Amino acid sequence: MADVKKIATRESYGNALADCGKDFPNLVVLDADLAGATKTATFQKAFPDRFIDCGIAECNMTGIAAGLATCGKIPFISSFAMFAAGRNFEQVRNSIGYPHLNVKIGATHAGITVGEDGATHQCNEDVALMRTIPGMTVIVPSDDIEARAAVRAAIEMEGPVYLRFGRAAVPVINERDDYKFEIGKGVLLREGKDVTIIASGICVESALGAAEKLAADGIDAEVINIHTIKPLDEELVLASAKKTGKVVTVEEHSVIGGLGSAVCDVLAEKAPTKVCKIGVYDKFGESGPAAALVEKYGLDAQGVYTKTKEFLK
Amino acid sequence: MTNLELQKTANEVRKGIVTAVHSAKAGHPGGSLSAADMFTYLYFEEMNIDPADPRKEDRDRFVLSKGHTAPGLYSTLANRGYFPVEDLKTLRHLGSYLQGHPCMQETPGVDMSSGSLGQGISAAVGMAVAGKMDQKDYRVYTLLGDGEIQEGQVWEAAMFAGANKLDNLVVIVDNNGLQIDGKVEDVCSVYPIDKKFEAFNFHVINIDAHNFDEIRAAMKEAKETKGMPTAIIMKSVKGKGVSFMEDKAGWHGKAPNDEEYAIAMADLEKIGEELAKGGMA
Repeated sequence: MADVKKIATRESYGNALADCGKDFPNLVVLDADLAGATKTATFQKAFPDRFIDCGIAECNMTGIAAGLATCGKIPFISSFAMFAAGRNFEQVRNSIGYPHLNVKIGATHAGITVGEDGATHQCNEDVALMRTIPGMTVIVPSDDIEARAAVRAAIEMEGPVYLRFGRAAVPVINERDDYKFEIGKGVLLREGKDVTIIASGICVESALGAAEKLAADGIDAEVINIHTIKPLDEELVLASAKKTGKVVTVEEHSVIGGLGSAVCDVLAEKAPTKVCKIGVYDKFGESGPAAALVEKYGLDAQGVYTKTKEFLK
Repeated sequence: MTNLELQKTANEVRKGIVTAVHSAKAGHPGGSLSAADMFTYLYFEEMNIDPADPRKEDRDRFVLSKGHTAPGLYSTLANRGYFPVEDLKTLRHLGSYLQGHPCMQETPGVDMSSGSLGQGISAAVGMAVAGKMDQKDYRVYTLLGDGEIQEGQVWEAAMFAGANKLDNLVVIVDNNGLQIDGKVEDVCSVYPIDKKFEAFNFHVINIDAHNFDEIRAAMKEAKETKGMPTAIIMKSVKGKGVSFMEDKAGWHGKAPNDEEYAIAMADLEKIGEELAKGGMA
């Protein structure tokens, strides 16, 4: 595994926007003084006339995007998840969600892998906030390939979409010929019969790693990548839960309101199944290198393996 | 339209406001009445709009940033022919297309959903930006309450509009001086409003909200102003036209009962009769 390609999904975001600029003349990108960090500067360089820097004023940026959308533009607003979803929640709900405007929210620097900046900037609540808004699509891509596909798919669909990207470089795991991205469709990455591990974002790789370790112990884990938290691929989740009878969810997000909760919502109603939620346990993050934080919070392959073993006891 | 015709129309708009709020048994008459003359001027004189084609691409846009005064907008749209005046009585009723606050998907002629204070102005700025990007010559108008400008987002939007020289944008502030908890200067003074907008690089015009000569002159001046957005600060009387509502904070968000409704309509009928005779003394 010496030369696994690693790319941060925020990088993929900027590249995808620049790629799509030619195909979609109505695409407009807005940022709030973070173009270098969110990577929208890549789009800005290619299409300066369709890039708007709003300054450090995320709420106004959100309203501007709403106004642009009423005039037929396809605006992307970009900031760190903490501000794009957190500070902005009510603007997103009332100015974008309620009128169901065609605005896309590109949120970078999500979760604890923000790293050294610490808790104020590590948003572990954005998926929970965004998925409560009626009509909002919520996507958490797992790598470069998925992130780029998600940006294009978001542009191609009508309506508001929240896209969650990370700061830290992550391995490319979806490089295969038959890879296909479809909003609302989960991806079965590994078939198994003893337990289902459902993961999103950077935790998909951890889930795959954990499944390898479990296999060495004779445990046959099924691994599902849920890149679209909303609408959730209920069919895939239910079929796998019914097959294995035990479900583990893994996400770089609070265990309150994110992927784990979305999975529990559907299982509780349609196929009651025991679930172990792995994520950030109702606490704030802290400063440190991204990889060290992932390890400390038990979101790496080893952490997922350990918790799954305990769960299966 | 002559000033007299505008006055007569505004009086009809006021009747529609009072009727709608009375029927809803809730809503915001005070700030709807204070802005009734401006609503009337915008939709009957100023804006390039077509009630038969509410989404016409090159139309002028209006965003009611102070969305709680939806009765004022609805009554104006109804009187302008977007939908039947009779439907104003369905305001806030279950299943009505006249929601408590403006909803662009429900109501013909509403360009943006609004109601959470401070947000409408940003959407108006976005529309103005789109116009500049597409080199269209439509203009964008947005109406804010004087209490509303306590919201920080208003100043984010104003800063952006000034910095980006959006001369296709007109921000109107309805300075009736009252908000829910009392006088704006007592709750958290917003004054001086004109100097604030000047500092944010707006061309600022102070007018009397109930004088059509001044409204007309301000709109002309706004159109002639290049390289910067215009702010029109209009001094108004909250509850204007209804004797017992005038200048009373208590009528910000309260509906008249049957008895009060009768008095209010009698007040407006009397104004109507004066106007029919050729104008107010």
